[in-house]
Amino acid sequence: MIRIERRAPLPPRAVVTLRLGGVALAFGLGAVFLTATGHSPLPAYLDMLRGAAGSSYALEQTVVKAIPLALTGLGVALAFQAGLWNIGAEGQLVMGACLASWAALTLPWPPWTLLPLLILLGLIGGALWALLPAIPRALFGTNEIITTLLLNYVALLWVDYLVFGPWADPSAFSFPYSRAFADAARLPLLAGTQVHAGALFVPVIAAALTFALRHTAWGYEIRVIGRSPRTAVYAGMPVSVDILIVMALSGAIAGLAGMGEVSGVIGRIQQGISPGYGYSAIIIAWLAGLHPWGTVAVAVGFAALINGGFALQTSGVPAAIASMLQALVLFSVLVSDFFATHRVIVRRGRPATVAAPEMRAQP
Amino acid sequence: MTAHLILTWLASAVVAGTPLIFAAVGEIVAERGGVFNLGVEGMMLVGAVSGFIAAVHTHDLLAAIVVAMWMAAMVSLLLAVLTITFGTDQAVTGLALTLFGAGLSSFLGKPYIGVPSPVTFHPIAVPGLAHLPVLGPVLFHQDLLVYASYLLAPLAWVLLTQTRPGLALRAAGEDAATADALGHNVAALRYLGVLVGGALAGLAGAYLSLAYTPAWTDNMTGGQGWIAIALVIFSTWSPLRAAAGAYLFGGVEALGFRIQAIGGTTPSYFLQMLPYVFTLAVLLVVTMRARRPGMPANLGRPYFREERYG
Repeated sequence: MIRIERRAPLPPRAVVTLRLGGVALAFGLGAVFLTATGHSPLPAYLDMLRGAAGSSYALEQTVVKAIPLALTGLGVALAFQAGLWNIGAEGQLVMGACLASWAALTLPWPPWTLLPLLILLGLIGGALWALLPAIPRALFGTNEIITTLLLNYVALLWVDYLVFGPWADPSAFSFPYSRAFADAARLPLLAGTQVHAGALFVPVIAAALTFALRHTAWGYEIRVIGRSPRTAVYAGMPVSVDILIVMALSGAIAGLAGMGEVSGVIGRIQQGISPGYGYSAIIIAWLAGLHPWGTVAVAVGFAALINGGFALQTSGVPAAIASMLQALVLFSVLVSDFFATHRVIVRRGRPATVAAPEMRAQP
Repeated sequence: MTAHLILTWLASAVVAGTPLIFAAVGEIVAERGGVFNLGVEGMMLVGAVSGFIAAVHTHDLLAAIVVAMWMAAMVSLLLAVLTITFGTDQAVTGLALTLFGAGLSSFLGKPYIGVPSPVTFHPIAVPGLAHLPVLGPVLFHQDLLVYASYLLAPLAWVLLTQTRPGLALRAAGEDAATADALGHNVAALRYLGVLVGGALAGLAGAYLSLAYTPAWTDNMTGGQGWIAIALVIFSTWSPLRAAAGAYLFGGVEALGFRIQAIGGTTPSYFLQMLPYVFTLAVLLVVTMRARRPGMPANLGRPYFREERYG
């Protein structure tokens, strides 16, 4: 007879240990998969480690990759705090990049105004794209999971249209990208590194979100809406307005990530500016428990994972292993969280040996 | 001339709707049991790639279909274990399952990009019926999987509404505690629902890689799994309405190709947006009605006998 019952909450240190165990389990499962498909897991993982952090160049590239992951993760985490399933960070990133690129490519403004303008337009592009599904959500309760997600596909096709059509670089023989931005529209590199100044967005946004969510009445309101929308309505909170504000902010942060990519990394707009940052963002935010600084930390870890995956390709292992590992990490951590609050009892009254002894709290 | 164009459009609407029927009916079975599986897109990709690989190695379409359904069901088992046994959040687990399926299919499919399939599904005219005016060319000059899809929706409807196991599954999705009190094994029923849904998503994927556009390309489902999920809401969890909706959505998808084929001047990117925009519009209209009839009351809610309430 197997029974599952709730246990007394574990001390935070044990929860952390359990979660790290979950991450280890994910890599263990990944190793089993690699072995089963004819690859050697240990050299593969070492290659990944080298690709992610083996040199100062690799480390800097990991930081560069962490910027869009952290920003989209922060945007998604904000929406999740309010109970809004914004799965559209990918499209919001793309639309932010799009609007910023429009200014960079067409506006004959004085050079010194360009960067602030691009930042503003990146924010606006993402916010508008997020408002599209937010309005029906606020008015009719239209399920935002599917609407935000479908808009990702529309956004990607829109960029395809632009870079193959009106914005195509005339000298690029129909390669899917625009002409290069002027220098004034490029985010500078941080002194002595390969990391663009968009990295500064991350701590600013993380700090602002921490402050807003923890220390303002509005942040309290958002969290009430997220935990119990009905309570929020009965308490007279402006739920519909808050839905619009949260989604717009969430999209704006993702749009800023898109601006950072076109202005800081690529220097033009092209097909495939995001290899799925907006999707990884969901897992990142969830793993971080929706905490802003936690999201930044997990984003760095995932950036390492993705860059490690790219490094693997040279030894013949498809980079897609990185996506699988991201999902496996989430699965394993979800299971370890379960064991942080439950225990399995095999046969009446006899505790099972599912957890290490120091984690077994007495109820 | 125009009549011919309309007939070929309708026939391709049926073809485009077929994977949507498989995936949407599968998702209805899972959701009727109470599990919201957002991993449809990922399971379809796994079905598409594993069916294709099996076809390349065995030259046997039946084996390919079996492999596709089996592999996708195994992937859905992951979600079943996590959400049913461990009570994890169904939305985030399903999203991660889609990422996992996309990664797995891309990993396994890498060596098969650009490889032609040695066997594919071809249209087979149904003797007699194929000569009917209008209906013949549209419905009865199709491949075997399309014919299977005609049977699937009515079959699912009968199973869900007229048989004991079907009623038990729905009870698990409507009111798990009561179903449990009646002696049904809620967890087992939900596992069954998720696995059936996974297998059908795998079949939908295999249809794409072996009949619709016979080849393997990365992310070849292109959001059809999500359209199938929207279709479930649109159909108010009814397999028959889902089938009708699938042809409607298939028609919109096929329309884009037709317009291009007859030399329309709209850039193809906008035509490719049609299915997504149409799905969005339909979702909007459907949800503007105040209540959503048909949605299983316990959808998305984990059930633990030890923690039941009410």
